[in-house]
Amino acid sequence: MTTGPSEIPLEQLLRELTPQVLGAVTRRFHDFAAGEDAVQEALLAAATQWPREGVPDNPRGWLIQVAARRMTDYLRGEEARRRRESVVATGISAEAPAPEGEAEVEEDDTLTLFFMCCHPSLTSSSAIALTLRAVGGLTTPEIAKAFLVPEATMAQRISRAKQSIKASGVPFRLPTSQEQVERLRAVLHVLYLIFNEGYTSSAGPHLQRLELSHEAIRLARCVHALLPGGAEVAGLLALMLLTNARRAARTGPDEQLIPLTNQDRTLWDQAEIAEGVALLTAALSKGSIGPYQLQAAIAAVHDEAARAEDTDWPQILALYELLIGMFDNPMVALNHAIVAAMVHGPSKGLELLDALDSDARIAGHHRLSAVRAHLLEMAGDHEASITHYRLAANRATSVPERNYLITQAARLSEGTLEVTSDSPNHGSTSSRKP
Amino acid sequence: MKYILMMTGTKAGVDTYRAWSKKDIETHFAFLKNLNKELSEVGELVANEPLAAPDQAKVVHAGKDGTPITDGVFPEAKEFLLGYWIVDVESPQRAYEIAARLSAGPGPGGVPTNMPIEVRQIMSRKTDEMA
Repeated sequence: MTTGPSEIPLEQLLRELTPQVLGAVTRRFHDFAAGEDAVQEALLAAATQWPREGVPDNPRGWLIQVAARRMTDYLRGEEARRRRESVVATGISAEAPAPEGEAEVEEDDTLTLFFMCCHPSLTSSSAIALTLRAVGGLTTPEIAKAFLVPEATMAQRISRAKQSIKASGVPFRLPTSQEQVERLRAVLHVLYLIFNEGYTSSAGPHLQRLELSHEAIRLARCVHALLPGGAEVAGLLALMLLTNARRAARTGPDEQLIPLTNQDRTLWDQAEIAEGVALLTAALSKGSIGPYQLQAAIAAVHDEAARAEDTDWPQILALYELLIGMFDNPMVALNHAIVAAMVHGPSKGLELLDALDSDARIAGHHRLSAVRAHLLEMAGDHEASITHYRLAANRATSVPERNYLITQAARLSEGTLEVTSDSPNHGSTSSRKP
Repeated sequence: MKYILMMTGTKAGVDTYRAWSKKDIETHFAFLKNLNKELSEVGELVANEPLAAPDQAKVVHAGKDGTPITDGVFPEAKEFLLGYWIVDVESPQRAYEIAARLSAGPGPGGVPTNMPIEVRQIMSRKTDEMA
């Protein structure tokens, strides 16, 4: 450890130690599922004892010892149960293997744990929950609260995820280098989802919600430290930082959504932007460009514009064209249409949207209608724009987005002649706003 | 993604359940209990509440001075919410699947009730602007 334990807040110290302790316990007892429970108990014991008695000199060793004791108790209980159930002695000893020296625990299994918790056989919601608990060191109540589900539901989700891992027989070791590329993609996707889940408004009834986006950044930092050469790992971390930097500016006092172009850019976190740009620059120089790096590059171009009108749209368009070539994603295609409109005018953007109408992954999605409404407004067709803003509002599944879309439609109706026709006639661009 | 599955019915419909045999009622309750247990064990159940009978339903609006004015006499054909399930699932298809299970719950003689289940997505408070 480079920093003295006493200088770090207790909660943070425990979270950082979790994967190291769990790795050591899993390695010693060959039981990830039970080991994970034992480590949670050890963390709980530390959280109650350490503030009273002080942080031990070797906090990691302390946690491993307590978790190992819990494991031994658990195995004794299991053995007693087996004895009761069967007259035949199993012969398995419940004694914990003799404690080995620090040498054993020096090995950092954090990366192995990441790969295990983000195993592709798990559903994304299970992988997210398990990663937050086993690698992130969060408690089940904290995770449950973050996802707004009851604690019992989250406990079951985690327990089932562990059972699936057990049943699949994944060995507790790093995947082979061939597998690693694919498996790393799964890990990065899980972290991306955690970030997105946490990129929420922090006001309202969920004031006590854990900052999932901060957790995602912390975990991405951890993977980046373990795999410093991974360009896409750095790309994802940069993307998170460059996006999170705008957090304070993206919602108004009443939680209303403020789009990028209207944000108060003085509220953007310059330190996060600088860190993201530095990470991205280093990653891009490695020459293996992937979708996360490109998305981070796009975020960086936005972040570097002091005013919305200073945005280098042609550069963003060039980046989107590269991204579309390697990443077949309708949301990316949608953003590409907006950017094409910024460079070549709204009719170019609307033309690109028409092609998306036949893409089953996004046809009928509120974002498609919202973007169409926006581009129709740019084109001056306010009636059609209002129709599509309202259509988008009816399709939205997020409260702030719906409210934003309703407001946009209302803003346009007030500024234009009251029209009774409900025909979404894109062609009629006559009776314009004065 | 969270969905609410709403079981709806008319007062007349509810009155017919009251005429079910004890065995049929017990079978139905056991079915609901098992389904809830199953949804809870797979980590999908967020909440489930049955509502008191439509006889007790009132529609309230504020009078001129803000005092509640209640209306409690409804046409026989009015649809009421009888109970709801909130589930957290991976896809809309999974929500429909659970709704179909509910609809296939046993009625008199074990014949499925085929009750209509309204499935609605619950709005989130999250937004994302990445990509």
